[in-house]
Amino acid sequence: MSTRHDVKRYPGLGPLSVLFFIYLYAPLAVVVIYSFNANNIAGVWTHFSLQWYSSALRNTALLNALKTSLTVAAIATVVCTLVALCAALAIIRGKNVRFRKLSETIVNLPLLLPEIVLAVATLILFSLIDVQNGVIRLTIAHSAFCTPFAFLPIRARLQGMSLDFEEASADLYADRWTTFRRVTLPLILPGVFSGAMLAFLISMDDFITSNLLSTGGTTTLPVYIFSLIRSGTSPELNAIATLLILASLVLATVALLVATRGSRDNA
Amino acid sequence: MTDSVLHVAAEADRVPRVRFWHDLSFWGLLPSRLLMGFALILPIFIIAAVSVATRGAHGGFAWDFNLAGYRQILFNEGWTGELEFTPQYLLIIVRTFLLAGATTLICLLFAVPVAYFISRQPPGRKAALVYLVTLPFWASMILRVYAWMIILGKDGTLPRLLEYLGFPAGTSFMFNDGATLTAMVYTAMPLMVLPVFASIEKLDGTLIEASHDLYGSRWVTLRRVILPLTAPGIVAGAILVFVPSLGAVLEPSLMGGGKQMMMGTLIQLQFGGGRNWPFGAAIAMTLMALVMIVLIFTALRAARREVAL
Repeated sequence: MSTRHDVKRYPGLGPLSVLFFIYLYAPLAVVVIYSFNANNIAGVWTHFSLQWYSSALRNTALLNALKTSLTVAAIATVVCTLVALCAALAIIRGKNVRFRKLSETIVNLPLLLPEIVLAVATLILFSLIDVQNGVIRLTIAHSAFCTPFAFLPIRARLQGMSLDFEEASADLYADRWTTFRRVTLPLILPGVFSGAMLAFLISMDDFITSNLLSTGGTTTLPVYIFSLIRSGTSPELNAIATLLILASLVLATVALLVATRGSRDNA
Repeated sequence: MTDSVLHVAAEADRVPRVRFWHDLSFWGLLPSRLLMGFALILPIFIIAAVSVATRGAHGGFAWDFNLAGYRQILFNEGWTGELEFTPQYLLIIVRTFLLAGATTLICLLFAVPVAYFISRQPPGRKAALVYLVTLPFWASMILRVYAWMIILGKDGTLPRLLEYLGFPAGTSFMFNDGATLTAMVYTAMPLMVLPVFASIEKLDGTLIEASHDLYGSRWVTLRRVILPLTAPGIVAGAILVFVPSLGAVLEPSLMGGGKQMMMGTLIQLQFGGGRNWPFGAAIAMTLMALVMIVLIFTALRAARREVAL
C-alpha cells in the first residue's frame, strides 16, 4: 500500500509539524542570536561580539541574585525531594494507608491551585507570624510548591518496580533500613535524581511567588530579570537570558535522559 | 470468578510484605502533611479569613468582619455610602476567562495535529520529537515571555521584518490582549501537546482502518473516531493549560502593559502598590473558587464517563 492511500495519513501534517517546531524554538533562538549583537540597542544588529557576556559576568547585582536563587533552590530541592521520597514510599508501598488518594492529592495540591493565590496567602502568613528573612520565606514556599515535581517521577519509578527485590532482601534477613539503603534506594535512584532536578529547575525559574516574598537583599534571578526588563531591554539581558536558557535546557535534558534510561532498564 | 480467586491467592502471598511496609504510612506521610499543612493549607485558611476582614488605614488589615472586599468586585462605594455598580473588575474577570479560554483553544488546535503526526513516527524519532516538545517548557518562564517582547516590541524582529517587506515603519504589537495571548499560548503549548500525544498514542489504529472500511472519510474518521477516543487526553491538556492560564501574571504584566490586567496581576497589585489586602484576598478567593469549579466539573464528567463505560 502506498503512503498516498494510507488511511491513517492526514495530508499537510508534516509541514504543519515542521512549522510548529520552528515556532517552538524560534523565539529562544532570537534571544540567543541578539545576545551576540555588539549594538547596545537590543533589536538592531551591527556585528558579532561577546562584550555583553563579559559585562553580564561582572554585574554584581546579577551575581548576588544568582547566589540567592541557587541557595534557595538547593535547600528547597533537598527538602522537597526528601518529603516527596517519604510520601511516595508511604503511598505506593505502605499497606492499609488510610486516605491514600487524599494524601496523594495533598502532595500534589500545589499543581491544582493558582500560584498567585498561594503566593499572596503565604505572604499574609509570613507577615502575620513576622518572618522577615527573605531566604527563609522563599525556602519554605519553594519547598512546598516544588514537592509535586519531585514526587511524580519518584512515584512513577516506585510503582514500576517489582516488590520481589525488596522481598528477597527481607528473606535474606536484611532489616528494613538495610533493604531501603541497599535495594530500594539504588533501584529508584534515577527517579529521585530526575525529580530533584526538575524541582531545582522549577525553584530557579519561579517568579510569581519569589516576587511577592523576596525582600530587598534577597532578590532571586527571575525577579532581578523582571526588574531589568521593566527598566528597558538591554543587550546584557540577552546574554544573561542565553546563559540561563542553555543551563536549563542542559539540566532538563540530563533529568529527562536519566528518567527514560531508568524506565528502560526497569522494563 | 476465577479472576477473584487468583486475586485472593495473590493477596495471601503478600502477607510478609504487609508486615514489612506496615507502619510506613504514618511516618512517611508526616513530612508532606507538615509541609503542605504549614505552607499551603494554613495560608489558604488565612487568606479566606483576610478576604472578609477590614482594610487597614495604612495597608494590612484588621480582624473585623467585613464584606467590603467582595463588594468592591462589583460595586463602588460613593461618599454617602451608596453602592454604584462598576464593571471594571468584572471586566478583568471576564477578560481573564476569555484569554485563558482562547489560550486553551489555540493550543488545542495545534496540539491535536502535531501530536497525531508525532504518534505516526518510527519509535526513535517519536521519542526525539516528544523530547523536543518538552524541552522549551523547562526554559525559564520569564525568558520565554521576554523572547516574545524582543520579537513583537518596538524595534523588534517582527516590526523590522514587516518594515523590510514594505509595510509602514514603527508598528508595535505590544501592550494589548493579542500580545498577552501570544505569550500565554507559547508558554502553555507543551502542557497541551504531551497529554494529547499520550492519548493519541494509545489509540488503536485498526479502529481508523475500520472506519475507513465503512466508507468514513478522513474528516468523518477524525470527528467520529479519533477525537472521541482521545477525549481524556484532550480534557487533561485543556485543564493543564486553562487552570494556570487563569492565574497568569507574567504574560499580562510584561506583554499587556499596565492597563490590560488579568486577575493574577490585579491580585498582585493589591499586595504591592495598591495595598488593599482584603480586596486582593477576595479576588484571590474568587479565582480559586473558579478554578475549583472547573476542576470539580471535569472530575465529575470523567467519573460519569467511567460509569457509562
